[in-house]
Amino acid sequence: MSKLTLKTEGDTHIIVTRHFAAPPEAVYRAHTDPKIVQQWMLGPEGWTMPVCSADVRPGGKFRYEWKHPKKGGFYLTGEFVELKPFSKIVHVERMHLPDPTPDNHIETTFAPDGAGTLMTMRMTLPDEKTRSMMLATGMEHGMEDSYVRLESMIGDVIASPSR
Amino acid sequence: MSASINLDASFAALADPTRRAILARLALGEATVNELAQPFDMTQPAISQHLKVLEEAGLITRRVDGTRRPRQLSRAGIDAMDQWLAMLRKALEKNYDRLDGVLAAMQSKETRKMR
Repeated sequence: MSKLTLKTEGDTHIIVTRHFAAPPEAVYRAHTDPKIVQQWMLGPEGWTMPVCSADVRPGGKFRYEWKHPKKGGFYLTGEFVELKPFSKIVHVERMHLPDPTPDNHIETTFAPDGAGTLMTMRMTLPDEKTRSMMLATGMEHGMEDSYVRLESMIGDVIASPSR
Repeated sequence: MSASINLDASFAALADPTRRAILARLALGEATVNELAQPFDMTQPAISQHLKVLEEAGLITRRVDGTRRPRQLSRAGIDAMDQWLAMLRKALEKNYDRLDGVLAAMQSKETRKMR
């Protein structure tokens, strides 16, 4: 089952998990090799990533630029904090819209899971201002059709009370 | 949508499983403190404390009905949070579905090399 889970932890973190049918080595590579990142980290339909560069070492910088034929573009810059092949990536990133958003701290781990990989991504939530801005941006782009019912989130929690 | 909705408080409010369960109950319809306290096997003050957190986060409102003060889900609070998470979720789902394809292509290339 390769379903994504997305849960909040406290008031400052979001935890995302996803299973992949490939070994940790491959999933780790797909997250660190700019040529591969460029193929999948594109968000909603219609966006491309014409620029994707990454200096993959602790302290190394990366820059991703997205473009949309109608909606323009924006870019993201960041630095790698820790790289543990093929199990862990810690990095900070910020979006430039074009003003930079506050730093977002993200820890991604890759663990063997059967014949595949369980990826767990722990994100620090941006501050309230950024969230409101992201919210406003999303509404502008008409993404509200992607509604995830809160009820289903609540359902998950009731199903696993030991959380 | 009101900019005054406190998303920090919303996330904090939702971090507690009991409070999420309370919201799930309220999704079925309004309820008083007494009605909420029964299924959770909690004291009234304990429930009231959780309700206070939910109320301050803008996730629920209280209605005046004679001597009763039934609590209701607030659409605005729920929507704001729901939407933010939905946006993130949708973008990630798209990304990872694409990554599935990329990984499959990587693996078949590996296999060809090994032959």
